[in-house]
Amino acid sequence: MTLAAALCGTPAFAGWEPTKPVEIVVAAGAGGASDQMARMMQAAIQKNNLMKQPMVVSLKGGASGAEALMYMKSSEGDPNKVLIAYSLIYMLPLSAKIPFNWRELTPVSVIALDQFVLWDNSEGPKTVKEFVAAAKAASAPFKMGGTGSKREDHVLTVFLEQKTGAKFSYLPYKSGGEAATQLVGNHTESNVNNPSENLEVWRAGQVRPLCVFDKERISYTSKVTDTQSWADIPTCKEEGVDVQYLMLRAMFLPGKVTPEQQAFYVELFHKVTQTTEYKDYMEKQALKPIFLTGKDMVQFLEEDDAINKSLMTEAGFVAK
Amino acid sequence: MEALGLLLHGFAVLLTWKTLVLMMVGLVLGIFVGVLPGLGGPNGVAILLPLTFTMDPTSAIVMLSCIYWGALFGGAITSILFNIPGEAWSVATTFDGYPMAQQGRAAEALTAAFTSSFIGSLVAVLLITFLAPMISSFALKFGPPEFFAVYLLTFCSFVGLGREAKHKTVISMSLGLLLAGIGMDTVSGNLRMTFGSSELLRGINFLVAVIGLFGISEILLTMEERLALRGHAASISLRVVLNVWKDLPKYWVTLLRSSFIGCWLGITPGGAIAASFMGYNLAKRFSKDPESFGKGRIEGVFAPETAAHASGTAALLPMLALGIPGSGTAAILLGGLMVWGLNPGPLLFVEHKDFVWGLIASMYLGNVVGLVLVLTTVPIFASILRVPFAAVAPMIVVSCAIGAYAIQNAMFDIWLMLGFGVVGYVFKKIGIPLAPFTLALVLGNRAEDAFRLSMIGSGGTLKVFWSNGLVGSITTLAIVLLFWPVIDGLLARVGWTQRTRAT
Repeated sequence: MTLAAALCGTPAFAGWEPTKPVEIVVAAGAGGASDQMARMMQAAIQKNNLMKQPMVVSLKGGASGAEALMYMKSSEGDPNKVLIAYSLIYMLPLSAKIPFNWRELTPVSVIALDQFVLWDNSEGPKTVKEFVAAAKAASAPFKMGGTGSKREDHVLTVFLEQKTGAKFSYLPYKSGGEAATQLVGNHTESNVNNPSENLEVWRAGQVRPLCVFDKERISYTSKVTDTQSWADIPTCKEEGVDVQYLMLRAMFLPGKVTPEQQAFYVELFHKVTQTTEYKDYMEKQALKPIFLTGKDMVQFLEEDDAINKSLMTEAGFVAK
Repeated sequence: MEALGLLLHGFAVLLTWKTLVLMMVGLVLGIFVGVLPGLGGPNGVAILLPLTFTMDPTSAIVMLSCIYWGALFGGAITSILFNIPGEAWSVATTFDGYPMAQQGRAAEALTAAFTSSFIGSLVAVLLITFLAPMISSFALKFGPPEFFAVYLLTFCSFVGLGREAKHKTVISMSLGLLLAGIGMDTVSGNLRMTFGSSELLRGINFLVAVIGLFGISEILLTMEERLALRGHAASISLRVVLNVWKDLPKYWVTLLRSSFIGCWLGITPGGAIAASFMGYNLAKRFSKDPESFGKGRIEGVFAPETAAHASGTAALLPMLALGIPGSGTAAILLGGLMVWGLNPGPLLFVEHKDFVWGLIASMYLGNVVGLVLVLTTVPIFASILRVPFAAVAPMIVVSCAIGAYAIQNAMFDIWLMLGFGVVGYVFKKIGIPLAPFTLALVLGNRAEDAFRLSMIGSGGTLKVFWSNGLVGSITTLAIVLLFWPVIDGLLARVGWTQRTRAT
């Protein structure tokens, strides 16, 4: 149904084409989820000849991604730069007062939604109930690892505290990979990593997924570990903890580009979502497929912005 | 042996034409920057780092580490032929190397320098080969307190073991820590010291700082001193080489002692400079004929060169296994690892075997190839120094500017680099060491994060730094090293009193 909506918004023929190599701007460090996704798209575009010009991945993860946002903002009118954005576009301006507003960029398409999962060490409690009970009984607060401060992971931790009554010490690491390693080494009791960030350590049997922060289970049913698939992870709501959060993955051009240029990229990323590279990637990383452009995208962004803003306000993370 | 199997695997990764060509390119460039007084190992690696961004990590590290080996070899050439240390760590080589050249024994001195460099490096690589797998099994024991303890150890040993005045080291380090604080603070999620500037958002890039601090400032100093380059002609014949090698076994104690000092100071961040001086001083102290040192004694070349090269090589072990650099160049390579998407640290050995063992294998091969290369190309490199400094200097400045710009494609960074050039010049004039500053700039953020995460996790008690054997012993060692000069003084006094009583 989302695909149908997408097709309506896609013009059949785009008159403009890039004449220079196109830069995919990643607002995170090397090896993170955004970087992996950018490299997947780079490969998909190259292998399927979707564009004449080459695509290069440009990492601008400085200042927790603010570097990339400011870079896009200052590239007004340049149609050779696409940002692969996530919820930091709403959160960073609120928490760190970065002078940035996503409405100043040109929206291209929403390409995926990312899940969050509550994980603990495989030697730890086996269910959400046991986990919450153990957290409450512990003499020192359970340590919750996450990426960055006053961001998705931190917000989720605050809401987990509110809904369960357990207390956590939130430890902000530099990346999801680091949060994963620290959980394996028993330096934290849990984390709320995206599926992709904990995939390898889950397969190695070092961590256990407790529940997924969505209203429905993840749809992928093929086995990831010897015994479990993504679909086997219960939702947190099923387990009695009603916390939900999904994170967008969306493409933006800088501001003040022409409608023809925008149309070219809408078409390009629509083609990307049809490739096997994209589909394999979505399943491997347990991402939720979605494709929105034009008015639908803007409406989605406005709603998503409002949700994030209220969560951030409620958590007390908005800078005065 | 597991290590041998992995090493063979490393050679398999390495032995492709592409890697071998990159290795040669790296070595030649390295010898070149080693020879030029304005450039050094850290600068050479820093300037050429952006070139490697598009390469795969293994090729990139092979090329950059070969620049490093090349610079270690090259540093000796100018020391011996011109009495100009091409590198800070080859200062001690001039003590006996230059007199030898004046006596017409330049070829002998150069052969001695290159050979002992090779030996020092070989000992250190053997150490890495057999210690590395042990260190990697440590991997998961490192949480925030352990990481902080290691950073503390690094900082403390710089203060305690450094040769410079303690207060100057502390000043330099504090300034570095201050600048490292600029930008986004990951723990609180707030911006610090950016003063509303979007250029400062991403913080001060340490590569930009390093290029300015070392490269530009060295040019300024050389300009001021109107350095005149006068060279001795040199060529190496096979006969001289064989003669020196024949005499090698006579000096085994010196070689072994210097290798040991080098490895130790490379792993603890004393660095190649300290190692070369210590190697020279100890060789002199234990010699039966200390008077002959400084007058062209071949042992005076063996000792510092072996130690410098062993230390330079060993410095890569803590960089790879723990994510802490043992030298300035290692600090820059560490930055490179992160750019290529590798997280230096305990897990590197588990997750990126190809990379790690490819690198270790390249250390063996790079040093053998490097030795042959330097022995055959001495006359060519010596001729570089006949080019007037006025012609070389602008080229160096331009290459520094390109290097600084390319790191983040930012014009602002060129101004920053020039600013750091002036800072570096002033520091050198007033005798403030640059290494602690660079170290603090690289590790400041990580140390701060690790400390604050430890505090959050422990609920704010410092006891967490003694909460288990591992973290406790590292923290204690750090504090011992910080007060080492005092402790050493006390020990010496006790030793001295005993000796006087005996006589």
